[in-house]
Amino acid sequence: MLTQKLKAVAATGNLSTGFREETLIRAVKDGAHFVGCDAGTTDSGPYYLGSGKPRGPREGVKRNLRLILREALNAGIPVIVGTAGHAGGRPHLEWTVDIVRELAKENDWHFKLAAIDSEVEKEVLAQALDRGEIAPLSPTPRLQREDILQAKRFVAMMGIEPIQRALQSGAQIVIAGRCSDVAIYAALPVLQGIPKAVAFHAGKILECGAASAAQRLYPDCMSAELDQDGFTVEPPNPALRCTPQSVAAHTLYETGDPYLLVESGGTLNTVEAKFEAASDRAVRVSGSRFLPSAEYTVRIEGAALVGYRAIVVAGIRDPLVLRQLDSFLSNLRTVIERKVEDSLKLAANQYTLTFRVYGRDGSMGDAEPIGKVEGHEVGLIIDVVASSQAVAADIIPIASHTGLHTPIPEHDGLISNFAYPFSPGGIDAGPVYQFCANHVWRLNDPCMPFKMSLCDL
Amino acid sequence: MPELWQFTKLIRSKNAGPFELTFDIMFKDRDSFERVLASGALSVETIAEIYRTNPDQVRFFRIDKLLAVKITIPRRVFSGDLKDTDIYGGQFHGPLVQLQVAV
Repeated sequence: MLTQKLKAVAATGNLSTGFREETLIRAVKDGAHFVGCDAGTTDSGPYYLGSGKPRGPREGVKRNLRLILREALNAGIPVIVGTAGHAGGRPHLEWTVDIVRELAKENDWHFKLAAIDSEVEKEVLAQALDRGEIAPLSPTPRLQREDILQAKRFVAMMGIEPIQRALQSGAQIVIAGRCSDVAIYAALPVLQGIPKAVAFHAGKILECGAASAAQRLYPDCMSAELDQDGFTVEPPNPALRCTPQSVAAHTLYETGDPYLLVESGGTLNTVEAKFEAASDRAVRVSGSRFLPSAEYTVRIEGAALVGYRAIVVAGIRDPLVLRQLDSFLSNLRTVIERKVEDSLKLAANQYTLTFRVYGRDGSMGDAEPIGKVEGHEVGLIIDVVASSQAVAADIIPIASHTGLHTPIPEHDGLISNFAYPFSPGGIDAGPVYQFCANHVWRLNDPCMPFKMSLCDL
Repeated sequence: MPELWQFTKLIRSKNAGPFELTFDIMFKDRDSFERVLASGALSVETIAEIYRTNPDQVRFFRIDKLLAVKITIPRRVFSGDLKDTDIYGGQFHGPLVQLQVAV
């Protein structure tokens, strides 16, 4: 049976950032069929996936989940949370499910909960690689059997099917591990007979919450009403408005291609999409197409431990040092390497020493077209990554003391080149990870890697 | 010589996943859009030169109905790698703001 109209509500762009309570109440009262929320991203780097640590704050996530669950349970509609705990690995999923259980207990709420685990065991992935099911995207890090086994953690990014399976199993609250942002919003509408072209494009617009509004004043909810021919997006907060320009522009956001959005199961093509004002605050979107792919693939994300970081921050203000900064730092590196070898018996290739110079190329590194100092001071971060936190922390004082007293020809006698703002100067920055996969996994069953557990709370 | 920002209402860079950078440039009006593109200041070649990448790796989209240009390039250093300077890729648009536009 085809649903006539279906209303989807995005609570916010990221579960940890929040929304206005009154906006969510209004959005759900206005006839929502479900509330979705994305809880993660790879944008903040590989640390969360690698370490298994969620990105909080826990109290903020709990507040937001409390309001979402309360309103949805009152209205008798499902909740779908994707990429739990920021990276969507098993510890991130458990952290989020733990908050949900706590809320159910505290508020005497009862519902069927589905948790969908998207973490992939390394041996399972290595076997898939052996069978030729893993294909690289471009650009990509090297991923061979030994790289997989040495990495810390892998997740597969689910499409709509595992979420649909959870909903069909009767779950009202679905907490998903790593999940396509779009799938959070497309899963239920597609199950109800909304065409994929409509559901996926609506998902792309909804996944950042209020970000498709003309001026997003603060993080907040967004609503879309989907039907057979298109969808109408309208902010439930009366202070916000969507314009054809703001919604169309959002289609571009964070995607490499403005017209083609590759998702598990197919590609959304928005070349012929039309964005028309439905009112002074609402926009009607129609005309997108969905082209099913010949093979079903899911994206694989992985993180590997590369070492432990310690840093020291310093300012340099002496114009004579600044005018010869490149050679000064080059000399400094040589002396530091020698001292580290003498005192710690570590060769230069056993750790990574990076000078990050703010005021020269700190933001862009070797892609910086200017690449020289033009101001009256620079900020320097001496960045050391070594095989253990203790080793990194041992190298830092050698580097900082050497830097302090490295001579320049224009000054006779002992000088102090660096302004250190803190005592102690060295800061332990913890384990360092890197993304180690930009690959897809070819599947016969879209649900295969994703383990669902159901329970009645 | 006028600079690109004088013709635009938004110039931004952002990761498109950890391995690519994408630039969105939204113009003030059709006249600004047409003039900048006709000037040749913003092209596959200029982007490849500024960001020192191979021109055939630059994806360049002219989006007439949005008066926008979108450009996507591979990251020279992947997000979060040891030598990365910008995890979110949010400041790589800097040089484009002051791109010289001969109109």
